[in-house]
Amino acid sequence: MELDPVFLSRIQFGFVISFHIIFPAFTIGLGAWLTTLEGVRLLTGNAIYRRVFDFWIKIFALSFGMGVVTGIVMAFQFGTNWGVLSEKTGAIQGPLLGYESFTAFMLEASFFGVMLLGRNRVSPRFYFFACCMVSLGTMFSSFWILVNNSWMQVPTGHEIVNGKIIPADWWAITTGEVLRVRWPHMLLAAFLTTGMCVAATGAWYTLRGIHRAEARVMLNWGLAFVALVIPIQLFFGHLTGEYVLKYQPAKFAAIEARWKTEQPAAETLIAIPDSKAEKNLFAISVPKLGSLIASGNWTAREVGLEEFPPEDRPPVLIPFFGFRIMAGMGFLMLAISWLGNLLRWRGKLETARWFLWGTFLAFPSGFIAILTGWYTAEVGRQPWVVYGLLRTKDAVTPSLTSGDVLFSLSGYILVYAVFIAFGTYYIYKLLRAGPVGPATAIPNATPSRPLAFADDAATATGSQVPVKN
Amino acid sequence: MQPSNLAIFWACVIALSILIYVILDGFDLGVGILFGLTRDRDHRSAMLDSIAPFWDGNETWLVIIGASLFAAFPVVYAVFLGAFYIPVLLLLFGLIFRGIAFEFRGRTVRFQWLWDWGFSIGSTVVAFVQGAAIGAMMRGIPVANGQFAGNAFDWVHPFPILTGIGLVLGYALLGAGWIVFKSEGPLREWTYARIPWLALGVFVVLGVAFAVAMTVDVGAISQGIMPERRWGLVFPVIGVAALLWVIGGVRTRRDGVPFAMTTVFFMASYLTLGVIFWPFMVPYSVTIASAAAPDASLGFIFWGGVIVLPMILVYTLGVYRVFKGKAQRGYR
Repeated sequence: MELDPVFLSRIQFGFVISFHIIFPAFTIGLGAWLTTLEGVRLLTGNAIYRRVFDFWIKIFALSFGMGVVTGIVMAFQFGTNWGVLSEKTGAIQGPLLGYESFTAFMLEASFFGVMLLGRNRVSPRFYFFACCMVSLGTMFSSFWILVNNSWMQVPTGHEIVNGKIIPADWWAITTGEVLRVRWPHMLLAAFLTTGMCVAATGAWYTLRGIHRAEARVMLNWGLAFVALVIPIQLFFGHLTGEYVLKYQPAKFAAIEARWKTEQPAAETLIAIPDSKAEKNLFAISVPKLGSLIASGNWTAREVGLEEFPPEDRPPVLIPFFGFRIMAGMGFLMLAISWLGNLLRWRGKLETARWFLWGTFLAFPSGFIAILTGWYTAEVGRQPWVVYGLLRTKDAVTPSLTSGDVLFSLSGYILVYAVFIAFGTYYIYKLLRAGPVGPATAIPNATPSRPLAFADDAATATGSQVPVKN
Repeated sequence: MQPSNLAIFWACVIALSILIYVILDGFDLGVGILFGLTRDRDHRSAMLDSIAPFWDGNETWLVIIGASLFAAFPVVYAVFLGAFYIPVLLLLFGLIFRGIAFEFRGRTVRFQWLWDWGFSIGSTVVAFVQGAAIGAMMRGIPVANGQFAGNAFDWVHPFPILTGIGLVLGYALLGAGWIVFKSEGPLREWTYARIPWLALGVFVVLGVAFAVAMTVDVGAISQGIMPERRWGLVFPVIGVAALLWVIGGVRTRRDGVPFAMTTVFFMASYLTLGVIFWPFMVPYSVTIASAAAPDASLGFIFWGGVIVLPMILVYTLGVYRVFKGKAQRGYR
C-alpha cells in the first residue's frame, strides 16, 4: 500500500464523505422527529411538544446547514479525483446525483423556508404539512444517493457502448431489489441515530436536573422509538447480508474473515485477521453457526476468499471489524432501549442514574453504526468501484500526482478541522443550553442560510453589531 | 456531428446558470473583497447587511452548474475538474471559509478578526481562481481519451493570473455597485469614491488580457476564430461602453446604474467568451455534441430540470423581492 494517487484519493473520498454523511443522516432523523412532535402537538394540544420542537428545530437547521456545506464538496469529488469513473459512468451516476441535488434545492426553496421562518405566517395545519414535506424531502434526497450507491454495488439496467457505461433501463436502476433493501436500511439507521441522540439529550438534562418536563418527552419518545424500530432494523440488516451473499460473495467472505471454503462453516465471532498468512489469529469461533447465519441451515457450504483470485479480493480487516462494530452498536441500542422501557414501566427511569449515564454516553452509537456500516459496504466492494465493471485503480483522474492529492487531502483535513469543530461546538452549545424560551425570529435569515440559526438572533450576522470588550 | 435537442437544452441551462451565478455570487464575492479594504466597523457590518439574505442562495447556482454538468456532460465535468484540481480546491476552501466566517463572526468577539480575514481572503481567492480558470480555458485545455492530459499546475501562467486579477477587480466593481444600490450614508459615499478606480482597473487589466489574447500566442485558437467572427467584436465594444456608463452613474449619483451597467459589462464579456469558445465546451478539444451524455440520460434528468430550475428561479426572485430596497439592520 503505497501513497499513490489512487490510495490517497480513496482516503480523501472516505474523509470528506464521512464528515458529510453524519449530517444528512442526523437531519433525516430530525426531520421525522420534528414532524412527529408537531403532529402530536396538533393532536393533543399540549404545549410541551411545542417547546421541545422549538428547541430541536435549531439543531435541525444547523445540521442541515453543515450537510449543505460538506455536500458542496461532494458535488465536485467525483470529477476532481475520479475522472475516469465520471466519464465512463457519468451517463448513469450524473443524472442520479443530479436528482439528489435538485431534490435538496427544491426542498430548500419550498417547505424548508416555511418550517424555519413561517411558524407565525401559516396555519398550524399547513405548518404541519410543511414539516411532513420537509421530512419526505430529506428521505427522498437519500433515495437518490442510495440508488446511485446500490448501482455501484450491484450494477443493473445498463449497457456498455464504446467503453462507456450507459443507461438502458432506468426503471431497473431506480427500483432494483438491492435498493429496496438498502434504502430502508439507511433510513432506519438515520432514524435510530437521531432517536439515540434525542434520548441521550433527555438523559443529560435529567442527570443535571434541568428542563425536567422536556427531558421526559425526549427520554420517553427516544427510548420507545428505538425499542420499536431496532428489531425492524436488525431484520433489514439481515436482508442486506442476503444480498451481499448473493451478489458479492467475496465481500461476504471478507466480512466473515473466512479464508477457506468450509462445510459446514464456522462463525468467527472475533479474531485478528492476518491477511498475509490468510488466517485468523486469536479467533473465537462457533462451529456450524456460520452456515446458519449465511444460509439458514447447519450444513451449508460457505465459500472462502481462497476461491477468488487475489486481484479480486477485498481487504478483510475493515469489513470484518466494521461489520462487527456496526452490529455491536445495533445490539447496544437494543439493550439500552429495551432496558430503558423496562425501567420506565417500573417507574424508575428518571432515578436510575447509572442507566441515564449509559444512555447519555451512547449518543454517538448511531453515528458509529452508520460510519462503520458504510465502511463495510464500500471497502468490501473493493477492488471494484463499480462492482464487476470498473476497478477502483482504473477510475482515478489520470493527470493527478501523489503530490496533488496529498496537498488537497491535507487541505481538507485542515479546513474540516476548523469547520467541523466550530459547527459541532455550536450544536453542543445549543444542546447544553437546552429548551430555553421560545424561538426568536432571526432577521435576514433565509432558508438557504440555515447556519444563521447557530445561536440566538441577537448575535446573528446582519442583525446586530457585536459588543467589543 | 450535430448536438441533439436535449444536449442543446442542457447546454443552454448550464450557460444560463453560469451567467446567473457569475452575476449573483459575483456581487456578494465582490462585497467580500471590498470588506478587506476597510477597517471601519460600521462600514463592515453595513456591507454584510447588504448581502445577508442573498449570499448563500447565490451559491446554489454553483452546485446547479456542477450537478448539471455531471448529469449532462460527464466528459466536461471530468476534464474541467481534473484540469482545475487546485483551483477547484481553493474555490471550495474559499467558499467554506467565507460561509462560516459570515455566520460565526457575530458570535465571537475574541476571534472576530480571524473570521473577518477569512471572509475577505476567502472571497478574493474564490474570485481569483474563477478568473484564472477562464484564462486557462482561453489558452486551451489538452484532452486525451476523454481525460485531462496536462498537469495540475498548467493554469499557473502569466495569462491566467492576469485574468484572475481581472475577475477580482470585476467582482469588486460588481460588489461596489451592489453596495451603493443597497446602502445609505457614509458607506455609500465611501464606495462611490472607489468605483471609478475599480472600473479603470477592470478596463486596463481585462483590456490588456483581451489584446494579448487577440495578438500573442496564448490562445492560438482565439486568434484563429475571432477574425472569422468579426461581428463578435460588438460585445467588447458594448463592454467598454457599459464601463463608461458606470462612471457616468457615479457622477450623477444614480444608485442603480453602477450595478446595472457592471452587469451589462459582465454579460458582454461572457458573450465575448462565447464567441471565442463556440462550439467547444472544453476549449479547444471537446464540442457540445461530443461531450453530451446519451439522450437516455439527458431525457431522464430533463424532468428534474424543468421542474426544479424554474422553482429555484422563482425562489431566488422571491427572496430578492422580500428584501428589496435599501438594506436595513435586521430587515424582516
